[in-house]
Amino acid sequence: MTVHPVETATTTPAAQTVPETAADAWSGFRGGLWRDAIDVRDFVQSNYTPYEGDGSFLTGPTERTTKVWNKLLAMFPTEIERGIHDVDVSTPSRIDAFAPGYIDRDLDLIVGLQTDAPLKRAIMPNGGWRMVENALNAYGYEADPAVREIYTKLRKTHNDGVFDAYTPEIRACRSSGIITGLPDAYGRGRIIGDYRRVALYGVDRLIVAKRADKSALEVEWPSAQVIQEREEIAEQIRALDELKAMARSYGYDISGPARTARETVQWLYFAYLAAVKEQNGAAMSIGRIDAFLDIYLQRDIERGLLTESEAQELIDDFVIKLRIVRFLRTPEYNELYSGDPTWVTWSMAGLGEDGRPLVTRTTFRALNTLYNLGPAPEPNLTVFWSPRLPEAFKRYAAKVAIDTSALQFESDELMRPKYGDDTAIACCVSAMAMGRQMQFFGARVNVAKALLYAINGGRDEVSGKTIVEGFEPITDEYLDYDTVRARYDAMLDWLAKTYVHALNVIHYMHDKYAYERLEMALHDRRILRTMACGIAGLSVAADSLSAIKHARVKVIRGETGLAVDYVVEGDYPAYGNNDDRADDIARGIVHDFMEKVRRHPTYRDAVHTQSVLTITSNVVYGKKTGNTPDGRRAGAPFAPGANPMNGRDEHGYIASALSVAKLPYDDAEDGISLTNTITPDALGRTAEERVSNLAGVLDGYMASGGFHMNVNVLDRATLEDAMEHPQKYPQLTIRVSGYAVNFIRLTREQQLDVINRTFHGSL
Amino acid sequence: MTAPLTSASTTPTLPGPAALAVGPRTPAAAATRRPVVGSVHSWDLSTGVDGPGTRFVTFLSGCPLTCLYCQNPDTWRMRDGKRTTADEIVAEAAKYTRFIAAAGGGATISGGEPLLQPVFTGELLHRFKHELGLHTALDTSGFLGVRATDALLRDTDLVLLDIKSWDRATYRKVTGRPLKPTLDFARRLADLGKEVHVRFVLVPGLTDDPANIEGVAAFAASLGNVTRVDVLPFHKLGEAKWQALGRPFVLHDTPCPTPEQTALARDIFAGHDLYAV
Repeated sequence: MTVHPVETATTTPAAQTVPETAADAWSGFRGGLWRDAIDVRDFVQSNYTPYEGDGSFLTGPTERTTKVWNKLLAMFPTEIERGIHDVDVSTPSRIDAFAPGYIDRDLDLIVGLQTDAPLKRAIMPNGGWRMVENALNAYGYEADPAVREIYTKLRKTHNDGVFDAYTPEIRACRSSGIITGLPDAYGRGRIIGDYRRVALYGVDRLIVAKRADKSALEVEWPSAQVIQEREEIAEQIRALDELKAMARSYGYDISGPARTARETVQWLYFAYLAAVKEQNGAAMSIGRIDAFLDIYLQRDIERGLLTESEAQELIDDFVIKLRIVRFLRTPEYNELYSGDPTWVTWSMAGLGEDGRPLVTRTTFRALNTLYNLGPAPEPNLTVFWSPRLPEAFKRYAAKVAIDTSALQFESDELMRPKYGDDTAIACCVSAMAMGRQMQFFGARVNVAKALLYAINGGRDEVSGKTIVEGFEPITDEYLDYDTVRARYDAMLDWLAKTYVHALNVIHYMHDKYAYERLEMALHDRRILRTMACGIAGLSVAADSLSAIKHARVKVIRGETGLAVDYVVEGDYPAYGNNDDRADDIARGIVHDFMEKVRRHPTYRDAVHTQSVLTITSNVVYGKKTGNTPDGRRAGAPFAPGANPMNGRDEHGYIASALSVAKLPYDDAEDGISLTNTITPDALGRTAEERVSNLAGVLDGYMASGGFHMNVNVLDRATLEDAMEHPQKYPQLTIRVSGYAVNFIRLTREQQLDVINRTFHGSL
Repeated sequence: MTAPLTSASTTPTLPGPAALAVGPRTPAAAATRRPVVGSVHSWDLSTGVDGPGTRFVTFLSGCPLTCLYCQNPDTWRMRDGKRTTADEIVAEAAKYTRFIAAAGGGATISGGEPLLQPVFTGELLHRFKHELGLHTALDTSGFLGVRATDALLRDTDLVLLDIKSWDRATYRKVTGRPLKPTLDFARRLADLGKEVHVRFVLVPGLTDDPANIEGVAAFAASLGNVTRVDVLPFHKLGEAKWQALGRPFVLHDTPCPTPEQTALARDIFAGHDLYAV
């Protein structure tokens, strides 16, 4: 471990200089709690100015902004064509591993890149060496033998650790596709450092606080847990030192608090940048930062240091940086999570616990970047929605969603009571209190395939192999609902147990070999950990059970007695029509599986949660799942997230959405994802009406208990044209189950899935 | 188990099973309890197209008109619809009252021609308005306006009135029926002060003669109760339904109006101080 000598020299005296610098940096700020303890939420609540006006104050891009963005735009086509723009094969990434990089050294307002050049990717082998080597080979690069030597002989990885402790049963589940997407070869992500802390307090003050935490642990008896925590805090402090060194290489001293708006954006970005240099987490979200940044921008505007155009320019430049976060992934990973996503989720708006809207001018500025720079999938702009938000903001957000299809909306009214008003979304739909909560990401299990396992007594319907021991197949010609239900229940018991077992192994090893030093340095010592389980194939499983219950389902068996197909005789109510006969089945699966998961103790006593989210993996899960009793053909994609199956919703997208709104958030606290693709005509006849109507639809959905809605307002013809002529649509962005993607970066299969998904138009 | 039996046997006034069976069949009960039944094509939730906001739209089956551009020819015959009670429809709509209250909107009866089933339509409008507290709209060609009772119109907050042409010959060509009943109905709505949105489908070569549009516009403006005119550009998205029904779609080769043509038609309405979209 190389510790930069400058760091050790400056850290100790800096602690004494903090109050002096802080007095200057904090001038004009109100409130006191946050001064004495690390408490950004208190700082925000004491100092932010709610904005109830409209977007008429916003300004367009400056010439400089357009120039910088165009430089990147010119680089994207080659990146898309080759898969990656470039990669440094010899330097395993660390916070301070690379020399400074710039998009344009003279023009960058906010500086810092993951490597020494834009779009150049880094290798992060702590997660697993094989993943790195496969990814390099896929893009035509050779691994550096010296690095290979280190990570195959000298330094064990997370992936190695996990496979040392996996059972044969877990391995079988992994390859059959009943438990998939597990973070056992890549970074788990879904941890949000409170990057604001660096800007508000400066790094030295944070180190002082961490040292105090460590001292408190030194008097405790060294149980395994206490030793682990001491070591982790030591690593966190080391990461904070590296963060300062990285900033210094760009010419900034971030040991003290930021004094201006520009410094604030820069300090916060440095902190985030350190995280994405250290971790290739599946989702590297940035948190709830709009009101925080607004405090500094408004202070500088009031002091006459900044114009509105300059304030917007800072946000635009910051967003440009967030748009080019890149990780090196394998093609298999891309198949699962298509479109090169990084989930730089930026949570915004919502209400404070005191009822004041957390909408500021900077909330508008952040959304305005979609006009100034054109639509883009990242950062993943996430609006915390409440019917109580100011009308002018609701209308602006609805307008942006209609114009760009780049926003997602999540219910502030469901999250605030559980997590408070300083909550952010990690990834797509995972809510967590900033700096006080993290999750152990658990991907998801395939509950549709589990139903087929219940029917086939644990044999995989595709391979014919026995995956689960001790189950008998159902031999009836026609499936009996009670029989299937009982077998399914037992199969889900087995699945939940195996699943939590696998997750405990994964997260033990991740903490051991790929610990998020910097992100956790920006958390409190005492945090809430959740074990975030998830399910895929909900609508297929629910409709299959509904078919078995309300119609007659005949089983077609192959030569070895394996059930390979089903004939549905008669009609059945399908999930997605706001019909309790089907919706209760879906609700029951969510509730039952959550209860089953809760029975199994977790690593570090994490609280069990679950999501109903697939991202784009619904296509892959579908591909790995045989014919199902709802009439779905083998290999056909599942509906994404909690969406009803394509084409089975017969009464429009609102009826469909209200089926989803019935899924209990208490049993799916890691989020329930719904994606709607609506043609413009289906929202109203004029632009004004479409805005009011979409705002109304969001109010209605959240008032009905809905949690999340992706909104795409698009014509089918546009997407078809984009498939044929991608060069015409470099920035076409669409929402897909919890995140946004650049449409032309999707695989052809994914593009077809999006196009074939129910388009809700009007006749 | 024994306690209720004992109490039943000691209560002589408790009606026996026979009395219970007879109860609802008394003439008075029959008059009030007989279910109101209609022929329903489907129901749907729509936003911004069948009246303001998000609406629960009931499409009834059966229509006396045979419009050449009809996008729902599958709603023409009443016998093709599904026999449905008003209770069933109201129960379905009740699932959306919370949503609609937050989103803004209401309920619309469309079709087909709702006034072909005036009792059923009146029952639905009444219950939507008074039981569910929804804003109500009636989507009609007006051809059967005489069948709308004053009570039905009292339960209707907004009428979406199709005036398909001003030129009588064209109206008959498009719909197969005369224009006059629609105009009479429009005047009656004006006398009642009922809010009306006029709908006009713009079909190149059929309804797009400026004089024809001018006629509809001048009439609509003279009424004083028309708060909006929807100029709907002709489209062929319903053509597949015609094919499925084995009916020739005579407008197959008719082009859809260009945005300029549509804007021109709107301007004619706007020239009469009407809000046209």
